[in-house]
Amino acid sequence: MSQMPQLAACPSCEEPLESGDRFCGACGYDLSAVPAPPDDHPTLTMNGAVPLPPEEAADVNWPVVPQPEGAETSPTVHLPTDLAGTDSGGTPLPSNAPLPPTGSPVSPATGVRFDRPPEPDEYPLQAPDPRVAADPPTAGEGVKVCVACRSGRVDPDGYCENCGHAQPRERDHMEEELGPLAAVSDRGLRHHRNEDAFAVGQCLLPDGAPALVAVVCDGVSSATRPDAASLAASRQAGEALLAALPQGTHPQAAMHEAIIAASHAVNSLAQEPATAREHAPHQNAPACTLVASIVTPTLLVVGWVGDSRAYWIPVDRSSPPARLTEDDSWAAQMVAAGLMNEAEAYADERAHAITGWLGADAYELEPHTASFKPDRPGVVVVCTDGLWNYAESAEEMAEVVPPDAMVRPLHSAQVLVGHALDGGGHDNVTVAVVPFPVPPQGAVIG
Amino acid sequence: MANFSKSNVPQFSVDVYQNEYLPEGGREVNAIVTVTSTGGGTIGSPVAAPHLYSAGQGPDAAVAIMVDCSGSMDYPPTKMRNARDATAAAIDTLRDGVHFAVIGGTHVAKEVYPGGGALAVADSRTRDQAKHALRKLSAGGGTAIGTWLRLADRLLSSADVSIRHGILLTDGRNEHEAPEDLKASLGSCAGRFTCDARGVGTDWEVKEVTGIASALLGTADIVADPAALSADFTKMMETAMGKEVADVALRLWTPVGTAIKFVKQVAPRVEELTDRRTEAGPRAGDYPTGSWGDESRDYHVCVEVPEAGIGQEMLAARVSLVVPQPDGSTQNLGAQGLVKAVWTDDMVASTSINPQVAHYTGQAELAQAIQQGLDLRKSGDVDGATAKLGRAVQLASVSGNADTAKLLAKVVDVVDAAAGTVRLKAKVAEADEMTLETRSTKTVRVKK
Repeated sequence: MSQMPQLAACPSCEEPLESGDRFCGACGYDLSAVPAPPDDHPTLTMNGAVPLPPEEAADVNWPVVPQPEGAETSPTVHLPTDLAGTDSGGTPLPSNAPLPPTGSPVSPATGVRFDRPPEPDEYPLQAPDPRVAADPPTAGEGVKVCVACRSGRVDPDGYCENCGHAQPRERDHMEEELGPLAAVSDRGLRHHRNEDAFAVGQCLLPDGAPALVAVVCDGVSSATRPDAASLAASRQAGEALLAALPQGTHPQAAMHEAIIAASHAVNSLAQEPATAREHAPHQNAPACTLVASIVTPTLLVVGWVGDSRAYWIPVDRSSPPARLTEDDSWAAQMVAAGLMNEAEAYADERAHAITGWLGADAYELEPHTASFKPDRPGVVVVCTDGLWNYAESAEEMAEVVPPDAMVRPLHSAQVLVGHALDGGGHDNVTVAVVPFPVPPQGAVIG
Repeated sequence: MANFSKSNVPQFSVDVYQNEYLPEGGREVNAIVTVTSTGGGTIGSPVAAPHLYSAGQGPDAAVAIMVDCSGSMDYPPTKMRNARDATAAAIDTLRDGVHFAVIGGTHVAKEVYPGGGALAVADSRTRDQAKHALRKLSAGGGTAIGTWLRLADRLLSSADVSIRHGILLTDGRNEHEAPEDLKASLGSCAGRFTCDARGVGTDWEVKEVTGIASALLGTADIVADPAALSADFTKMMETAMGKEVADVALRLWTPVGTAIKFVKQVAPRVEELTDRRTEAGPRAGDYPTGSWGDESRDYHVCVEVPEAGIGQEMLAARVSLVVPQPDGSTQNLGAQGLVKAVWTDDMVASTSINPQVAHYTGQAELAQAIQQGLDLRKSGDVDGATAKLGRAVQLASVSGNADTAKLLAKVVDVVDAAAGTVRLKAKVAEADEMTLETRSTKTVRVKK
């Protein structure tokens, strides 16, 4: 959502202001003294730009991952044995932990299945409708009372029968803690619904090692039913990863496959007839961004499309944190292409227009994946721009991640969402906190 | 009351077109509510409605035809003859089994057919008798329309039917009763039957005829040439025969702290309904819409809501349709629409105007500009009239209301339609001016 740089009304006397006013016309309040509102960047789609390969962040020594040429080819993967690395204790990695990519020996698209049917019945394509979900107030049962006026009953449509206010919906605030990882999503303070969604899961690799999966999606507000898009994408990606990893698929190949599966799930939403309440003549296909991470005892894999991000925050804060993803955004492309410097690019109003997304009208799906072998313990923060707008650089993010994030992931995710809300909560906020390496199974998580 | 379990009872649907996004501090919510009734099961095409029913199958209806028989109807004598022919044509259009009566109107109202304070039931015999009785109609006397309406009401209420409709023809001003008497008559008839009103010739008062149609939820029109009466009467009666549900009311529920700024029908005609509200339980009110056949109408609802913070969402109004039942309760027709308010700091979302709302705001302004322009013209204010009618030409051109644009072109010389530059015509046929005034409220639907 775009935020006008100037104030709408005087902070002192509420007198409406003209754009360009430097002092309030009524009380003379010095408007330049007002702190600038935190940036609230729109998540918009922009067609026509050719996505460029992501740049490497400078701080971390990670392996180079060539991007696959579109969705038709298999990503190049690094075998853990190809790479020098250490475990969290600093000792060389054991050589018996390779994860060979599996797949059909005859298919060039190793590990990427295109024969997967859309399976529309396997996952809900639309966000649970709160109007349906809300129990109609019935006599004799506990009657829901409006949270706004505290006197009216809530009608079956989810509105108060007295003051008309919409009631909180299930997706307004969601938390999930699953063993060592956790995720929190919040509507924020300025949006009327939560268009973000997440999925978390854990599974066992064929060798018995645990793997953690976190997927975070941000619906594109300018599209129709962004909330449905993000929910479908996050669920489908999560399910795809949890299905592929136990079969021995290399995590990076599984990630590529999961993003493609998620894009199919979002694409199929566009074929659904519009709901009766949204018969606007200008319909955009539902769309969302996606960022996901897989953590195994030795490997950290991230995958993304759009401007949702993953950050690496080491436990030892003296070592540098890093941003693991490169936005599919106009500004990032301008900087990457050398046409603008970072300051110029991000000052442009088009800066946050995204150039890659999941959706039927996506220009060309380019799933980005990258794998890392961190040499020390830390957490992966997987988040939407609702959080990183308030902690853009890796250093800023590291400052707000609690030191005990490794052992208290849910609390950390709550703290991070709280940081975004304290900053203004201009957008939906979703954060998943995933520890690396995976704590040994059965360990007591504090 | 119609039996709603029958398959041929129309289904109502409600669609809401609005931009629900309000800026910070925004309080006014505008929505266009489209109400559509379509025949269930048996219907072929919407226009086929009059022929939908065979004898005895249609909804039971009663129709009263009120024909002006004042002395002026003999000048020219073709007027009376055409009125007789038109009434005969209307009678021919009556479906078998429909109750009907013909009333001759002067300064008093006379029962022409069947007489005795009763209604006839249409069949080939009664139709012939009625047409025979029409020959006795002769011109002579004054005009007191209120008395005609009261007699029609008395006759129509004598039958136990679901649809009650009147057709009124006048050629002159309502000179033989006080305007208050007509108003009182309209007040007592409103909601009891619907009535279409027609003015024949050019000696009648536009505001009287449109006022009658408006109060009784019917149509008003001019029939400048008496020879065109038969076709018009036939069409009116066909429409009346197509009605399937009477007394439908638009019910608006609004939450605490909101105020309804206005409710008006905007298609097919502009009809102000704001002041016609009857309370219907806590925070709900009913607005009359009359009887419905297979048709679709649009309503503009404007609600003022209390301020709420960015990110808040509330229901500004719930729209439903109800039909009163004989036992005093109401039957809900099932369809409903929600008018919402969502506060956002997205300026693009909150500043865009819904195309339907914009279109009908323009159509309502068009009707008003014509009315004001013609009033100013009558009072001799050339500049004021030119400005208003120029604006009307501009609005009609922009919105594609070609019919109204044509009528306007008979009253003003259009220099530049897009800019609204016009000159008043020095000489305007009275019929053209009256046609424009009578039809000024006709709107076109938004282009899809």
